[in-house]
Amino acid sequence: MISVNNVSKVYEDGTIALKNVSFEVEKGESCSIIGPSGCGKSTLLLIIAGLLKPTEGYVEVNGKVVRKPMRDVALILQDYGLFPWKTVYDNIALGLRIRKVDRKVERRIVCDLIERLGLKGFEKHYPKQLSGGMKQKVAIARALAIQPRILLMDEPFSSLDALTREDLQNFLLRLWNERRMTIILVTHSIEEAVFLGRKIIVLTPRPGTVKAVIENPSAGDENYRFTEEFFEKCREVRRSVTL
Amino acid sequence: MSGSSKVCYLISLIVLLTLWKISSFILSNPALPPPELVAVAMVENAGILIKHAIISLIRVLYSIALAFSLSFPLGIASREDKFDRIFSPFLYLLYPIPHIVLLPLYILFFGIGDLSKVALIATILFFQISVTTRDAVKDVSEFYVYSILSLGAGRFDVYRHVIIPAVMPKVLTALRISVGTAIAVLFFAESFATRMGLGYLIMDAWSRADYELLYAGISAMALLGLSLYVVIDLIERRLCRWL
Ligand SMILES: Nc1ncnc2c1ncn2[C@@H]1O[C@H](COP(=O)(O)OP(=O)(O)OP(=O)(O)O)[C@@H](O)[C@H]1O
Ligand SMILES: [Mg+2]
Repeated sequence: MISVNNVSKVYEDGTIALKNVSFEVEKGESCSIIGPSGCGKSTLLLIIAGLLKPTEGYVEVNGKVVRKPMRDVALILQDYGLFPWKTVYDNIALGLRIRKVDRKVERRIVCDLIERLGLKGFEKHYPKQLSGGMKQKVAIARALAIQPRILLMDEPFSSLDALTREDLQNFLLRLWNERRMTIILVTHSIEEAVFLGRKIIVLTPRPGTVKAVIENPSAGDENYRFTEEFFEKCREVRRSVTL
Repeated sequence: MSGSSKVCYLISLIVLLTLWKISSFILSNPALPPPELVAVAMVENAGILIKHAIISLIRVLYSIALAFSLSFPLGIASREDKFDRIFSPFLYLLYPIPHIVLLPLYILFFGIGDLSKVALIATILFFQISVTTRDAVKDVSEFYVYSILSLGAGRFDVYRHVIIPAVMPKVLTALRISVGTAIAVLFFAESFATRMGLGYLIMDAWSRADYELLYAGISAMALLGLSLYVVIDLIERRLCRWL
């Protein structure tokens, strides 16, 4: 379980990014965080990942206060995720290299992910030779390679066209159904928040505070996006975001 | 080098030689002999030219190696705040001084042999490389660092997988600029208190008004610089394949 307790963040220059944010995500659940640009979503994710210290409050994962990055947590950053100086294969394998995983095991895990994400034939390519969608897939593969129990994602699909985006959303959902890791997904898109998050946290404009927590228990099925209930939920979230 | 860029280089070379030829024809002054006479002089004096060029090359290589092996690690280490607090004041107080004026002092301390020449060139390069490396290190986006920390990286992994590869292009550019500087300083250092090296050869030919040998020496020095340049290009192509 992840619990965010009264987290506030004031940057050194005085910018108040977050104010008294509290919420919980149960183990094996998925949660979307949505809010206007600049409201502190990325900041919040970095704090949960243990990369940034909150000015006040604390984050607990399974009852332990987060002070530094944790072993079974993977993070996909907004833009800078991939290392341009590493090939697709080396990017995906990096987490395993750092953990000194046996090379044979590494090969198997990486090749499997490359296969599943349709990146075959691009192992030796560098990020700049890839399309936006493929880069995003590599970033996802790199996070999945370390077989995380918790997956934190910062707008992973925002720069993709609608079709690729739906593809990857479905992929993520299938993966979640297989592995039931805990997912926290930051997004700008109401549809994405509703499709992927069984809990939706709506943040206010900066300084970000929790404006609403919307339960969305029907999420988790690929066909959800075609249902009336889905559209109704989107309307509910939209009202809550714009209110 | 691709075929078409080879052609471009060839054309530039022909243009330069033609301009040289025309100027020497118009001036018709023994102080500007035509290129073919210089070429003949180079062939005739190949033995001496090569002997002096090798001495110069060794001096330059020692200087670059000495400067690089000190400045690169220090520049990289300036990522550590504690170290940088001590290192950068030194760097910034000593950098703007024209280090070439140290030559008399170096001769006093290190004698008139190769050591003082190498020390002088290395001092100048030290500042060029360490300032560039330090700035490049500061420029590495914090998000790359977040990215690798979230994969469980330790301090050493951050340097190995992120900082060093990220700064490599800028360091190689610094090295390329250093080659030009090194040869210029070499010429200065070799123009007195030695009877070896291309700098000496040039000054000697000049004092004897042996213009063909003078130009042969200058051309040899140009070739020396050019070949070091090419070597750095090759290193860059190996180390920075991702560019
Ligand atoms: N390192 C920093 N120093 C100072 N202020 C910062 C820093 N990083 C972010 N901020 C500020 O904190 C606020 C929240 O930033 P953050 O990146 O968390 O927003 P966001 O919700 O992720 O925005 P977006 O949706 O555009 O990605 C912004 O006003 C931003 O300018
Ligand atoms: Mg953001």
